[in-house]
Amino acid sequence: MPPWLTIIVFALLAWWLGGRRVAITTAIGFAFLWNLRLWQPTLETIVLVTLSTTAALLIGIPIGIACGLSRRTWRTVGPCLDMMQTMPSFVYLIPAIPFFGLGAVSACFATIIFSMPPVIRLTALGIMQVPQELIEASDAFGSTPAQKLLKVQLPLALPTIMAGINQTIMLALSMVVIAAMIGAGGLGREVWRSIQRLEAGVGFETGIAIVIVAVILDRITQKMAQRMRPSGATAH
Amino acid sequence: MALLKGGEDKDAILAKTSSVVALDRVSFDVDEGEILVVMGLSGSGKSTMLRCINRLVEPTEGSIVVDGTEVTSLSARDLLEFRRSKFGMVFQNFGLFPNRTILDNVAYGLEIQKVGRRERIDKAMRSIEVVGLKGWETKFPNQLSGGMQQRAGLARALAVDADILLMDEAFSALDPLIRREMQEELRQLQQKLHKTIVFVSHDLDEAITLGGRIVLMKDGQIVQSGLPEEILLQPATEYVRRFVEHIDISSVVTVGRLVDRDVPTVVVSQTIAEAREAIARTPSGVAFVLDEADRVIGSIDQATLQQPSRHSPSIAQLMRTGIVCLQAATTLKAALSVLVSEPESVAVVDSDDRLIGSLTTRDALAALAGQPRRNTGETPNEGAAEWSGQSRNSRSTSYAIKPSPGLPLTVPT
Repeated sequence: MPPWLTIIVFALLAWWLGGRRVAITTAIGFAFLWNLRLWQPTLETIVLVTLSTTAALLIGIPIGIACGLSRRTWRTVGPCLDMMQTMPSFVYLIPAIPFFGLGAVSACFATIIFSMPPVIRLTALGIMQVPQELIEASDAFGSTPAQKLLKVQLPLALPTIMAGINQTIMLALSMVVIAAMIGAGGLGREVWRSIQRLEAGVGFETGIAIVIVAVILDRITQKMAQRMRPSGATAH
Repeated sequence: MALLKGGEDKDAILAKTSSVVALDRVSFDVDEGEILVVMGLSGSGKSTMLRCINRLVEPTEGSIVVDGTEVTSLSARDLLEFRRSKFGMVFQNFGLFPNRTILDNVAYGLEIQKVGRRERIDKAMRSIEVVGLKGWETKFPNQLSGGMQQRAGLARALAVDADILLMDEAFSALDPLIRREMQEELRQLQQKLHKTIVFVSHDLDEAITLGGRIVLMKDGQIVQSGLPEEILLQPATEYVRRFVEHIDISSVVTVGRLVDRDVPTVVVSQTIAEAREAIARTPSGVAFVLDEADRVIGSIDQATLQQPSRHSPSIAQLMRTGIVCLQAATTLKAALSVLVSEPESVAVVDSDDRLIGSLTTRDALAALAGQPRRNTGETPNEGAAEWSGQSRNSRSTSYAIKPSPGLPLTVPT
């Protein structure tokens, strides 16, 4: 697939998810990266981020829900999250290597672990912050726990959960760059190479590329979060 | 629990075990189709009590029976079913789901019961109409005023068509004008729907407006329960007296409550001699004349009877007609103007114009001063039982003062 087509597809996707302005930002940003001859690494980075974020969310959101519903679970998971977040991110790279060898798989594994805490934390927070009165209202009408979760708690927690997803994506992006040290491809590798060869120019270009990818991903997810706010933009 | 049974009070238990006694030996009945108002200041346990009824709060001990079902022993699954079929609940801060439209909010209870979409919308729309929110169903709660939000809350409770409405300080968060309006509407709704309503409130005016029985709570215990006027006239404790102090007694208490039942009467068919004898025993020297059906048709005094008469007249000829009667359900406030214009005692009659007793200006003043004659406690008040059934859900002031039969008389109300 030629880069220009991919860029158009991405822009349309951004339009659908985040609206016109986000779509324009996406198109211009990616066109610029193409122009910098960084298209291939950018694509690799985005694939890595998407894969590891999806996995992190699939694991993180259910854990977050469990934490939000049960104080006891929250009390055991909480300290683990603190540890995951304070541990220097490079450390996750080490245990991944003996299991998966050098390369993208290890990078993904480390990224998943590193980026999971915010979504767990914010999902739990979102559910715990649902007003007591609404929980009571839901109970008073005879909701089962599952109905309460699906119809009341999750919809009301959604904006907070979206903020968590946004954070997770950002962390995943930063980790994917670091994971270049164990042989992950993408923009990180370019940075890593420029460090080793002391090519400040290339390093700077790649740095800007990473920033652009970050901005695009951030805008798209933030717009999505805004749209899911209760009685939000659609109501006016 | 052991401490409580051992007679320790709330503060002592709090100090010893750091657990709060929310409810302590609370017991009351709610009849089908009545509004029961649970009153008390904040922290008196009234909301906890309400939540015990549908077990949003688990009572540690005791029993709650609804329609013969012991709620406290229901399994989790049965409890859900029971809540769905029996209870509608309205919350102080409305408890509407901000992510749902008014329609979806109102339909929530039905959605939980897996009612089909079309039927759900039908029913929800009907109850939206009942509370007067038609045209607003596609809005979100934050686009509505407080009063309208609470209407939606009420509609949601009505939509499930439950027998029992639990209303937790439902109108307390509204401003006074809207609150009045909502109280009035709830009363009117109640006349149509005949739900059983347990209404928690800290506002005595509200309790009186709603017109049902009142249960007054303090520190998790019931201090007094009964009709508003009973509580006003015979406060059980100093606390109750202070609680009701600012209420205008005259607009709540009905004439029937104050009436002196020990009243001399003469039946119209009696002879003059019999009447003389009867009147001689009374201190006032005045008696009401009744017809055979106990209806008041006039009054007669000793002086009239003592007059020497040539052609032995009947009582019907001698008696003074055109006397004013008060309906027992008239409020004292409305009766005052009548009392002022009558030098003697005024006859008080029930809804069938039968005599219940008499009332003097002095009695009325005594009641206003907070020292009513304590006759209601002693006599099993048949009169009260008769009209309390009516005044329960319909405000007593809606009963006009009626003149005794056959006597054209207009009374300013």
